[in-house]
Amino acid sequence: MFLVKGGMLIDPAAGIKAVRDILLQDGRVVEIGEHLEIPEGAEVYDATGKLVTPGLIDVHVHLREPGLEAKETIASGTRAAAMGGFTAVCCMPNTNPVTDSLALVEAVQSIVRRDGAVRVFPIGSITKGSAGQELAEIGDMAQAGVRAVSDDGKPVSRAEIMRLALEYAKMFGVTVISHCEEQSLAGDGVMHYGPMSAMLGLKGIPAAAEEVMVARDIILAEASGARLHIAHISAKGSLELVRAAKARGVKVSCEVTPHHLSLSDEAVSGYSTSTKVNPPLRSLEHITALRQGLADGTIDCIATDHAPHTLEEKAVEFAAAPFGLVGLETAVPLILDMVRNNELDIERAVAALSSNPARIFGLPGGTLRPGSPADLTVIDPDLELVLKPEDLKSQGKNSPFLGMALIGFPVLTMVEGKVVMRDRNLLVD
Amino acid sequence: MWKRKDLLGIKELSADEINQILDQAVPMKDIIKRDIKKVPTLRGKSVINLFYEPSTRTRTSFELAGKYLSADTVNIAVSTSSVVKGETLIDTGKTIDVMGADIVVIRHQASGAPHLLAKHIKAKVINAGDGAHEHPTQALLDLFTIKEAKGAFEGLTVTILGDILHSRVARSNIWGLSKLGAKVRVAGPSTLMPPGIKEWGVEVYHRVEEALEGADVVNVLRLQLERQQKGLFPTIREYARQWGLNARRVALAKPGALVLHPGPMNRGVEISPDVADGLQSLITEQVTNGVAVRMAILYLMSGGGVADVPR
Ligand SMILES: [Zn+2]
Repeated sequence: MFLVKGGMLIDPAAGIKAVRDILLQDGRVVEIGEHLEIPEGAEVYDATGKLVTPGLIDVHVHLREPGLEAKETIASGTRAAAMGGFTAVCCMPNTNPVTDSLALVEAVQSIVRRDGAVRVFPIGSITKGSAGQELAEIGDMAQAGVRAVSDDGKPVSRAEIMRLALEYAKMFGVTVISHCEEQSLAGDGVMHYGPMSAMLGLKGIPAAAEEVMVARDIILAEASGARLHIAHISAKGSLELVRAAKARGVKVSCEVTPHHLSLSDEAVSGYSTSTKVNPPLRSLEHITALRQGLADGTIDCIATDHAPHTLEEKAVEFAAAPFGLVGLETAVPLILDMVRNNELDIERAVAALSSNPARIFGLPGGTLRPGSPADLTVIDPDLELVLKPEDLKSQGKNSPFLGMALIGFPVLTMVEGKVVMRDRNLLVD
Repeated sequence: MWKRKDLLGIKELSADEINQILDQAVPMKDIIKRDIKKVPTLRGKSVINLFYEPSTRTRTSFELAGKYLSADTVNIAVSTSSVVKGETLIDTGKTIDVMGADIVVIRHQASGAPHLLAKHIKAKVINAGDGAHEHPTQALLDLFTIKEAKGAFEGLTVTILGDILHSRVARSNIWGLSKLGAKVRVAGPSTLMPPGIKEWGVEVYHRVEEALEGADVVNVLRLQLERQQKGLFPTIREYARQWGLNARRVALAKPGALVLHPGPMNRGVEISPDVADGLQSLITEQVTNGVAVRMAILYLMSGGGVADVPR
């Protein structure tokens, strides 16, 4: 038995924002109440002054295993997740080989059983090898528990393939996650197209590259009635398309990353390759729109797009570096920053980090109602830490926030009743 | 005294710093005109020209600048074919560093490469052109040429004509001219204009005649002919007709307006031969000034002060 005592419980799905005690046993939530009695033999965690939330869920993570273990492994990536307060992550299929079949999904699942510190839900690919030509075995993968498919990083360029994927995935209740990027517009761009890219002499990726494909995929999703999820939305126009589509009843959802909410293309000015991400860090008008979209509920989820790379891969010229930054261990303080600035309700933040991902992708957790899985996160909203590379549990140190003081970190991560991180220490070997 | 470790761009320089270089280039130009073009100022200093892009002109200019000042100069041309995956820039830089280089002059196709190098080595770094970002020494020699001919920058209107989008020369010139008080116009097709350029405090023109009217200086950019294949403009012929600088167009500028070009020229494309070789052209003077300005930069960056100007 485990009792989390005196914390401010934020459970948007249950409509609770109040100081509550939470009793957990055998991997389930048993009881929620004010001043619960401490049962004999129960371990007590004093959460006074802290936030208690349903376990955070990150639906967009690159764990890199199998095949790219120099960047990250399921072991290191899930430990980073635990440090970041995430009790579950969905891992993208752009590994080597690409997760495009039942056997490969099961391979990932077996590594997770051996090495995983938190829950991992593999995302399958949309097309074989994410090559954009033939559909992957979506039905078989769905039977192994895959809830979503994506060719993340390699946008499905042929509209007909996307149409077929939506039609096909719908039969199995699988959501299609689209990394929207029209490649003839994106070209070999490396940052947001605008005055900053012009000044730095770097090739730009226009917002239109994303917006054009968001429009296409919404139209296709509407026609098929399938479930579409837009990954890492970054452009103002994309958001307006999603907002209008939702109003029409299209089954579309979307996610935003903490870095697209907190950094603008100005961050690229020193040519630091940890600011090179895809989609690129946008200009202020896009950031303002994204913050608004998250606050008004147009954006459903916050997902990190955690994309670790080796130091060597990133220690090159900006144009030559791979896209991506590590986000699992900095998501919570970055989002709490918006809460502190009164730009975002805490309930909305927790919904986007937990209950919405659980609902959209049919994952366990997302609430602490009695009977729910004992997946829980405790956050100290005042804990201030200066981010140092050696403190990151991810193998990837490609964070643009290194050296910065961030405020508000998870201090307890519990997965199915098991404490995997406590007071900033991992409790898994 | 020169205080910066590196010279990476014009954008971060103050007007004072720019003027310091321009002033220092005057005595340097005298040295070039001498019969015996050698002063001992940089004896015992080493200057490495690390060129990832072929550029005979800029490399030779830096090499002579170093030699006239008695520095030991070494040229390294790095093959950049993507087939041969070579050493990383940081590793190459560190190798040069431990060999005792004092100044590394780098030309690289990637914007920001000199910044990456400067962050990782002890030697001073001079940007000799990085991608579409900056080409500070070219802008400084353009500024020097204008100053020599016109005396001052206040009240001058300078038109930069051509492919602004891909031009590091344009960017460095825009920053430099603006800091010194000149009015800058840019002209070229909209498909070769950087996004948001109006925010840089320049006037943007798409009709060359309007851009030239009343200009004191016209700086014509080199057109990379392969841009046409990328669809950025229809044909070389149309480019020459719409944007090429010819005698009829030069006549729209102020009488005695200067014509500059960073070279090498595509004669008959961005500039007509009669204009290139005409009385208003300072294109060959720019080449001489390039050596003088680079001497001034090497000298200042090696710790030389105005007091001990070599005479
Ligand atoms: Zn993506």
